[in-house]
Amino acid sequence: MADLVLSGPITATPSRWRSALARGGARLWIGGGLVALLLLIALFAPVIAPHDPAEQDLMSAQLPPAFIRGGEAAFPLGTDSLGRCVLSRLIYSARTAVSVALIASLLAAVIGIALGLIAGAFGGWIDQSVSRLIDVWMAFPPVLLSIVLAAVIGAGLTSVIAAIVVVDWTRFARITRAETQAQLARDYAAAARVLGLTRAQALRLEILPNLVPLIVTLLAVEMGIAILVEVILSFVGISVTGDTASWGGMITEGRQIVYQAPWIMALPIAAVIISVIGFNLFGDGLRAALDPVQRR
Amino acid sequence: MSTVLDIDNLHVAIGTANVLRGVSLRVEAGEVRGLVGESGAGKSMVGRTIFGLLPAKAAITAGRVSFEGRDLLAMPDKQRRELLGRRIALIPQDPMTSLNPVRRIGAQICAVLQLHLKLSNRAARDRAAELLSEVAIRDPAGVLALYPHELSGGMRQRVLIAMAFACDPSLVIADEPTTALDVTVQRQVLQLVERMRQRHGAAILFVTHDLGVVAKICRSMTVLHAGRVLEDGLTLDVLVKPHHAYTRALLAATPRADRPADSLRPVPPALIESLWAEAHRLDQLAARRPA
Repeated sequence: MADLVLSGPITATPSRWRSALARGGARLWIGGGLVALLLLIALFAPVIAPHDPAEQDLMSAQLPPAFIRGGEAAFPLGTDSLGRCVLSRLIYSARTAVSVALIASLLAAVIGIALGLIAGAFGGWIDQSVSRLIDVWMAFPPVLLSIVLAAVIGAGLTSVIAAIVVVDWTRFARITRAETQAQLARDYAAAARVLGLTRAQALRLEILPNLVPLIVTLLAVEMGIAILVEVILSFVGISVTGDTASWGGMITEGRQIVYQAPWIMALPIAAVIISVIGFNLFGDGLRAALDPVQRR
Repeated sequence: MSTVLDIDNLHVAIGTANVLRGVSLRVEAGEVRGLVGESGAGKSMVGRTIFGLLPAKAAITAGRVSFEGRDLLAMPDKQRRELLGRRIALIPQDPMTSLNPVRRIGAQICAVLQLHLKLSNRAARDRAAELLSEVAIRDPAGVLALYPHELSGGMRQRVLIAMAFACDPSLVIADEPTTALDVTVQRQVLQLVERMRQRHGAAILFVTHDLGVVAKICRSMTVLHAGRVLEDGLTLDVLVKPHHAYTRALLAATPRADRPADSLRPVPPALIESLWAEAHRLDQLAARRPA
């Protein structure tokens, strides 16, 4: 049976990690870098920030950034109308943003994926009811729903998180459901059932791993969205209270004095834009890196 | 000789269309039986019925399928799952899509071994490597760590064959395992299936539309058309002395080494038409008869 033996070397790809990173390209690096930077800033806020974010110095209110004439070296990015250090407030706001982004999108993902998997895998009336629920849910304008929710539950970080989870689980549920159905229709899913796996085992062992690239990508994008929603909610004043720093709150304050001190409003907007771009690029890069050529 | 698989008068309908109209066939222990038929004859439906993979709208309207004397259709899901993969295994048609793209080969083979034989991680891994070397894969340990997309179609088919025989099943259903492969790889795969059968002592139900393949490896064969069994017997007898006009026509349409190629004749359309007409007449008769 010598002719049965395959000739030619069987070479494993030297490094899957390296090729995955190469597929991700610049998006992955830039996005990953921005996200990492944001996480580090949030984590080490007390170490980096030059001042206490709540410390007021009315004598030096509305100072311009240090590099503009009239600025002071003690306040690198200037001060707001209460004389608080803008840089420190930006840094501490990252904490708020990151914690909302992480917690809210993870919770939304868990709920959405569970419902999506169940709907996709079991079909029938279960699928019908979950799908209709999603349809109805998505008919509401999301930001309005969040505002109403946050207003009803009361202001605070928990209600912001709750509002985001309640609105955004549909995003995960819808896509997980569709992808589960698509994967179940493939031969390998049938092959898995033929091996004697139960439906639950097949879902966990065979289907879920195939959803990972999609879920990771969605998570990254969702974190960007969560940051935006948090900003919107603090802009309308139903997020954290005024003494906790948040980008949305800073924008509100800066709006009133935008002609006298434009940096107070411009800087937090820039911070929001950069972090959302970071998460989106990161998600996009991850999709390219994780989406295997292996899928066919 | 004991009977492994006994299908008796199986009727399957999808919606109002009958796809199997009373199929009966037996597979004896250790034998290779060919199940031959053209596209739409219902070959795959037989396999799907056994594995419980019929499409949602399909219903088994009559008949029995027993495996080693136990009624497969009547048994609870849990018991059937214990048989599937362990006593009854499948070699799927398309090696390119039948492996999970995001799991390593080793993990997929070990999953079967651990599910049914309750092997430890270490033992499952060793057994998986052993199986891969049985299907003549060089460097089994290396292949275990690869993903399906890193293997060629022939290699993947070998992996699937190894998985099918992993738990020493007594029946393997090979659903056109050579159709998706190059002709050059086909012969190797056939030899491999035959060798694995001898080694593990399984019976094989070989579903195919290729009479040449049947002639090569099957001891007995069943010819299916429009969901009906037209001919059943030892391969040698059927090929030498076909009883049914359809079988004769199929043979006349099959290239053979001992015959010039210009003598090939297509199956006459009139014959096909009369067969379908007969099938539909039977359907009407059955519909009129009270159940």
